[in-house]
Amino acid sequence: MKRKTKSEGNIVEIFSIPEELKEVKLPLFLTKIQAGFPSPAEDYIDQKLDLNEYAIKHPSATFFVRVNGESMINAGIFHNDLLIVDRSLQPQNNSIIIANLDGELTVKRFSKKRNKYYLVAENENFPDIEVNGDRNFEVWGVATFVLHSLRNI
Amino acid sequence: MSRPIFALIDCNNFYASCERVFNPKLNNVPVVVLSNNDGCIISLSNEAKAIGIKMGEPIFKIPHMVKKHNIQVLSSNYTLYGDMSQRVMDTLKNFSDEIEVYSIDEAFIKISNYTFDSLTEYGRKIRKTVKQWTGIPISVGISPSKTLCKAANHIAKRMKEYNGVLDLTDHKDADKLLDKIDVRDIWGVGRQYTKFLKSYNINTAKELKYADEKFIQKYMTKVGRQTVLELKGIACKELEQETSDKKGICCAKSFGHKLEELYVIKEALANYVSIAAAKLRRQNLAASEVVVFIETNRFTSDPQYFNSASMGPEIPSSYTPKLINIAHKLLDEIFRKGYKYKKVGVMFNHLVKQNTIQFDLFKPQPTTEMFTIMKTADRINSFWGRNTVKSAACGVNIRTWWMNQKKLSKRYTTVWSELPLVS
Repeated sequence: MKRKTKSEGNIVEIFSIPEELKEVKLPLFLTKIQAGFPSPAEDYIDQKLDLNEYAIKHPSATFFVRVNGESMINAGIFHNDLLIVDRSLQPQNNSIIIANLDGELTVKRFSKKRNKYYLVAENENFPDIEVNGDRNFEVWGVATFVLHSLRNI
Repeated sequence: MSRPIFALIDCNNFYASCERVFNPKLNNVPVVVLSNNDGCIISLSNEAKAIGIKMGEPIFKIPHMVKKHNIQVLSSNYTLYGDMSQRVMDTLKNFSDEIEVYSIDEAFIKISNYTFDSLTEYGRKIRKTVKQWTGIPISVGISPSKTLCKAANHIAKRMKEYNGVLDLTDHKDADKLLDKIDVRDIWGVGRQYTKFLKSYNINTAKELKYADEKFIQKYMTKVGRQTVLELKGIACKELEQETSDKKGICCAKSFGHKLEELYVIKEALANYVSIAAAKLRRQNLAASEVVVFIETNRFTSDPQYFNSASMGPEIPSSYTPKLINIAHKLLDEIFRKGYKYKKVGVMFNHLVKQNTIQFDLFKPQPTTEMFTIMKTADRINSFWGRNTVKSAACGVNIRTWWMNQKKLSKRYTTVWSELPLVS
């Protein structure tokens, strides 16, 4: 069953699902009985691959953030991409980091040139930002992976 | 090491600190977090403390302060605080296998071996790591007993020179420091005992430490004597580590304003059941008993009523429609007309692992279809936010009973559509 109702300007769709089973079924067996030969591959199945295990080394220090803007497109980081950020890592020269710059979270390359530190965008239209104490700057975390959807979802 | 050493880790201004991690604009300005219904201040930043704002103060009493000091006021975002708490506790597990999570923002750990020159150095390492990994500032109190850890933490948090870490183990100035702590701030000394102790001129932690043990035992029982011993650095209390199986899951909240109509309360209850049932499923648990309770506001002169009732599904269940159905039957039983209700809640008890449920040959079996429906709904809601898909019993109109939470921040760490944005 499906019906629509209007509430405070929102369209709400209502479907019905069973509140509980009406009929009583008597299960004779709760598991399937194996018949025939077992799969020859059975002994060779390793564990399933887990993307978390691959991409997240320090779960309690790992955060996901959403990219808003075009400043890192030459590094393959696009608007709406998802970044995996590991706060437990120390940024190295040229690490892509999330920084707190004057109260805003921003993603940039952290780069040392002639003893000065810069936040460098990967897009010609964005100037380098020197971090020298004039601006409120703090490393928030080190980006470790970018997740870019190849479909428009 | 001859004797065990404990450390108490306490997050500084925890809720306000959680908000700051994801909204750095809140750094260095006064921040307060309000209780459910945006009533009273339950967490405040040091900047807010410095201008004289007090814990527990109702926000409606200080609009002039809020305006004058541009205080950032936030509703409590327990989803965020719960996740951040878990992260802090998990980070602490890198320092010790033995951990007692004492509250959302406090934990004791037992230090059995450490690779630093001193315990203070080790405490600093813990503090630095938690701050870097989670963004949460903490204070660390170290000593051979839990009570002394609490006292050490109390000092570490308040006296700047300690930089958030104080080790009272064999500390040469321990007595001098304990003399600065009011006896009411000692763990386990409640309001009544404070009065009692002060009437005998025992005013500070140091004075309690050197009080006559027999006298204390006589008037404050064995527990009081343990406090004295613990202040002397003799451990009486062990770590209480959590048991793996949850005993019960509860969801109960106060209404934004008082409710009298059964159908509105039913709607609220259906929402709480949905929240608690989703929690069951996240942990692969099923409930064998459903308890519903309802109460009026004790702090008014209105006629008072409270009651509860319980009932079990035939077989343990985590299926939201089934649980709502039971909860509504229970509410029908205990609801009385003519009262102004303040709170309704549901509790699931006797939780069992979903895969160990004993089926009954003669009763309805849960179908895989039921699991699939709930799993799908949970996934949609975890992506698009709670209540994107919900039981119709939860109501389709703007909820009149819902808590007032006007300044709620995003659930930055638990909902895909609410992740922090980086530019």
